[in-house]
Amino acid sequence: MGEPKPNLYSESFHIEGGNFNSAGIVSTSIKSILKKLGIPGDIVRKAAIVSYEAEINVVSYAKKAVVNLTVGPGVVRIEVIDEGQGIPNIDLAMQEGYSTADQRIREMGFGAGMGLCNIKNYSDDFHIESEVGKGTHLKMTIQTP
Amino acid sequence: MNVEAIVAAVGLEVKCGRESLGREVTGGYTGDLLSDVMGHSKEGYLWITRQVHQNIVAVASLKEHAGIILINGCEPAAETLEKAEAEKIPVMVSVLPAFELSGRIYNLLTSPG
Repeated sequence: MGEPKPNLYSESFHIEGGNFNSAGIVSTSIKSILKKLGIPGDIVRKAAIVSYEAEINVVSYAKKAVVNLTVGPGVVRIEVIDEGQGIPNIDLAMQEGYSTADQRIREMGFGAGMGLCNIKNYSDDFHIESEVGKGTHLKMTIQTP
Repeated sequence: MNVEAIVAAVGLEVKCGRESLGREVTGGYTGDLLSDVMGHSKEGYLWITRQVHQNIVAVASLKEHAGIILINGCEPAAETLEKAEAEKIPVMVSVLPAFELSGRIYNLLTSPG
């Protein structure tokens, strides 16, 4: 069925768990890359929300993570692979308002149990896999015109 | 209505980002839960909150807010102002509580003419 279409852009980023001071740096980079590639504003904003929430989850719950951004024809893909405690019950974690965040995280206004819901709502396609004691793997796809 | 007109009308103290006060305000959102603001606010909104730490700047920048207003005379953290200045996001302080401030700004944005 012909050659696979090449990616327009791909880049990997690293997130350090526990460091709230640098939270948002990766999503800000992703946003500016997508803007420079000429991706429409509403798609860029969706990608920014999705990557920010994933970044905050890594900072809150994991040791570290790799974020892979891939921009192909008609699609932006963001993949977040973390090493951390993992999620024992994904169905529960996906429920709006459910959170295991500690008091310190909640005082900053994080840990409201809305992060994964935002990721799902602002992605066109969302996959989550997790293994307790190992980590969590998120795959988000946002379609572009 | 731009940010500067709202600053004058409700008596806000501008802490940083003066160069962006000409930005048009399209609406507002009041909240202290960052994911709630991420999920529900829109581009050009004024964000009313009592969170003062630096992470609010990333949210406002990613969502392209017109500015952040801290309530109850809350002082922004030094790192918040540094980051907001770099991102050209106005951070302002009101002595009013969230309910009253939101109401006043809502009336300004929705009154005819």
